[in-house]
Amino acid sequence: MKRILITLSFFLLLIFIWAALTGDLAFIGVDISLWSPYVLPPPSTVGHYLWDNTLNGKIPLSMLITLRRLLIGYAIGLVIGVPLGMVSARFRCINDTLGMLALGLQALPSVCWVPLACIWFGQTEVALLFVVIMGTLWSVLLSTQNGMKNVPPIYARAARTMGSSPIHTLVFVTLPASAPFVVSGMKQGWAFAWRSLMAAEIYVSVISGFGIGQYLHYGRELQRMYQVIGIMFIIILVGLLADKILFSPLESWLHRRWGTGKD
Amino acid sequence: MIQEKLHEEIHNFPTAKLSVEHVCKDFVTNNGTVVRALDDVSLTINEGEFVCFVGPSGCGKSTLLNIIAGLEKPDSGMALIDGTPITGPGRDRMMMFQEHALFPWLDVIGNVMFGLKQKPNLNNKERLEVAKYYLYLVKMDRFAHANIHELSGGMRQRVALARSLAPNPKILLMDEPFSALDAMTRERLYGDIQDVWEKRRKTIIFVTHNVREAVCLGSRVVLFSPHPGRVREEFPVHLPRPRNINNHDLADLSQEITSALKGYTAAESD
Repeated sequence: MKRILITLSFFLLLIFIWAALTGDLAFIGVDISLWSPYVLPPPSTVGHYLWDNTLNGKIPLSMLITLRRLLIGYAIGLVIGVPLGMVSARFRCINDTLGMLALGLQALPSVCWVPLACIWFGQTEVALLFVVIMGTLWSVLLSTQNGMKNVPPIYARAARTMGSSPIHTLVFVTLPASAPFVVSGMKQGWAFAWRSLMAAEIYVSVISGFGIGQYLHYGRELQRMYQVIGIMFIIILVGLLADKILFSPLESWLHRRWGTGKD
Repeated sequence: MIQEKLHEEIHNFPTAKLSVEHVCKDFVTNNGTVVRALDDVSLTINEGEFVCFVGPSGCGKSTLLNIIAGLEKPDSGMALIDGTPITGPGRDRMMMFQEHALFPWLDVIGNVMFGLKQKPNLNNKERLEVAKYYLYLVKMDRFAHANIHELSGGMRQRVALARSLAPNPKILLMDEPFSALDAMTRERLYGDIQDVWEKRRKTIIFVTHNVREAVCLGSRVVLFSPHPGRVREEFPVHLPRPRNINNHDLADLSQEITSALKGYTAAESD
């Protein structure tokens, strides 16, 4: 409880300083406006923007569009990445070829895929998906591979003496045994996917729907600083929510079962 | 109906006769030298016998156990169960390892169920009942839904024992299962394993480097010597059960076996 209060008051203090610097507190006599509202808009303007555009449905719609792109791209990345990681952990020649390729491409920041995607696919949904998949795929592949390699061989031996076939062992022993690695890889993949999608949405404007990133981009084009900051808040919110809803339950279950580090 | 099948499953005591015939196994070390782990080893183990393999490290006792388990193949010779050559791992032989090797993603009962799920003749409800019975047998029934990391070392080995017993194998193979435990826990488990052997009448092969432990548990102690790994001598143990590891007669017999063991190692270094 005390910790929550400390956290809460810290953020209230930040908003208070912001308000003081932008003239929002003029009514209690505190006004040290250093910058024009075009550079730093007051919290009230940003709040108004978010409130109005939430009520008229623009922000919820753009969130929906963005989340759909993210989930589809991420799912494709997982569906390709996890099996490839498994295969690459098992066969040395695939590890030496595909594994090396993954290692190299993972070093490439995913925003660097955007120009290529624009030329290959044009200003389309496919270009966005491609960037998200590239952001997800390699890190998921590498962490799955790493996880499978780190499974103690004794688990497989024990399973084999209990009459488990090689395929059964792979699915019911090696895969769950590498779950902690795979989940942390999925989480990293999610973070990469999210970052790459934002980058892609800023660059690619698609007729089929305005995502959050596109609102950010047009905020800059139209010199609407309150929109830029407001949308940044939305982006943070979505990122946090995804982490809490998707990964926190999974991770806490893993920690409970494995008995690994607690908060 | 279910009760009848369960009764049959639990009160059925399959055992097997095991024979090892002229088994040889070489290992190549990292610098290219060939080490003979087993050199022309022959052994017969009777139905329901509790045999302990004893010897210093490098004498091939664990290698022989792995060959019987089907996890490794001999270079020449063969191991047979009831006259059938062993070609790979099978449900008729369960193995218990030095580390518990329990699966951390499953709870206690889930681990015991793992081997049972490979048995096609049971449905899930029956499997659950069988698993509960074996947890009860190793006195772990109260912890059926505990996570593995919450158990002590001794409790983990008990669960591992239940997991190996649950599919009702003919032969139980134990590779130094108690060597990582403290003395108190180990003594309690000596009692438990003798109790289980008496109740389940399995053929058990128990590998250890601890002579006292071997004499306490085995009906026969097989002594191995290293470089190359050979069977040196066999000692039948006729002490009454249940045996206590601190018993005088038991200490005397282990003394005798230990001096025999020292004799080989001394001759070796000459």
